[in-house]
Amino acid sequence: MKLTKKDILGIKDLSVDEINLILDTAESFIEVSTREIKKVPTLRGKAVVNLFFEASTRTRTSFEIAGKRLSADTINISATTSSVVKGETLIDTARNLEAMNPDAIVIRHSAAGAPHMLARMVKQSIINAGDGAHEHPTQALLDMMTIREKKGKISGLKVAIVGDIAHSRVARSNIYGLTKMGAHVIVAGPAMMIPRDVGRMGVTVHNNLEEAIKDVDIIMMLRIQLERQQQKIFPSLREYSNFFCLNRQNIKLAKEDVLVMHPGPINRGIEIAPDIADGPYSIILDQVTNGVAVRMALLYLLIGGQR
Amino acid sequence: MEQKKVVMDADGIDRSLTRIAYEILEKNKGTDELCLVGIRTGGVFLAERLKKKLTKIEGVDLPIGILDITLYRDDLRLTNKKPLLGKTDIPFSLDNRKVVLVDDVLFTGRTIRAAMDALIDFGRPKLIQLAVLIDRGHRELPIRADFVGRNLPSSLWESVVVKLMEKNGVDEVVIQDDNQ
Repeated sequence: MKLTKKDILGIKDLSVDEINLILDTAESFIEVSTREIKKVPTLRGKAVVNLFFEASTRTRTSFEIAGKRLSADTINISATTSSVVKGETLIDTARNLEAMNPDAIVIRHSAAGAPHMLARMVKQSIINAGDGAHEHPTQALLDMMTIREKKGKISGLKVAIVGDIAHSRVARSNIYGLTKMGAHVIVAGPAMMIPRDVGRMGVTVHNNLEEAIKDVDIIMMLRIQLERQQQKIFPSLREYSNFFCLNRQNIKLAKEDVLVMHPGPINRGIEIAPDIADGPYSIILDQVTNGVAVRMALLYLLIGGQR
Repeated sequence: MEQKKVVMDADGIDRSLTRIAYEILEKNKGTDELCLVGIRTGGVFLAERLKKKLTKIEGVDLPIGILDITLYRDDLRLTNKKPLLGKTDIPFSLDNRKVVLVDDVLFTGRTIRAAMDALIDFGRPKLIQLAVLIDRGHRELPIRADFVGRNLPSSLWESVVVKLMEKNGVDEVVIQDDNQ
């Protein structure tokens, strides 16, 4: 079985079979990161360019480690230190990179659709590492992998996603993915952070944390994105925290075996209390570990062997 | 038209495995430092059967691992097919161990080359030996088996398939002519 796509641009275009293939393959890659010599020769001689126009710790390091563990050559380009500061356009950057013949380009950009434009323009495989507020498919894949690992399944679970849904690419990709895989998704946040027609995506909407997390299996907290909003959407962080911070009191409303997730980086005390983030319900660091495996799986499926 | 011939039946497979078990013990003078690693998918069940036989003969429980060599294949670049990646599980250290690799059919030797590269990434075995149920010839690399169930001369247009109860519901070795 193989992935017939050239690129991974969004969860929206992935079928259930493709998602299962990626998750199954990722499971087999977990073990490589536990070996003494954490390397396999599979992508030897292949080059992966990580083209990041936005700040990143997790995603970029995760892709770099994933590529290196597969023996690929990884090249990191950060916009602030590249010719982008001299005014070079995305199109020119892409064409120049294509001329150096890498095998895959991983791109994170503030403009939705940037990876899609690249995918049409260059022959390399493009992986979307986050495009504006649109999609972040590798995050959703690692989230689904973690849920499946911990709960044994995704279908039939109740998953609450809480925070700035409207501006969150993590939320959008997870909503697409979890609903495709049969989970029941609940979203919650202040009214102005919930997209108007989110109900059309097949989710239940609440404006109240307590109602949203009642009896759920998984709670996914989203970071309040201070850098993404130009206008003040809420009066203060403390006010947001009063109503929407997950803590040891309100978490009791969820199922007893509830698990807490967060894409990172966490704002301790704002959307998640420190003891919850570090406590026994939290699988936040498992998400990060699985992130490397998922990205290894994607690189292997896209550029391992002949296309 | 496909012509299928059964060259080994359930009893034959069992007797070969018993003999291989005794040969492993003879060559290694016992079970000290010994361990088994089955190559996915054909070798895994055979390795488990060998482990049971060795336990029955010597009373010792040998460590057993599963190795998937997909990531070490030398033909990934050239082939369009991508086999589904299986899990590797070797839950013990290979340092200073005598590893007996187990596979069902030895053919070109490329799978074994890949398996050895993988094992060396896991640690430094004291030595590596190879046990196969069938050796069908046509080596493309200088690789040989230490323990062989049956030598089966074959032509390149034939395929040799080892069917096992655990995955196929029957124990038999079949050679078939793929010429159309």
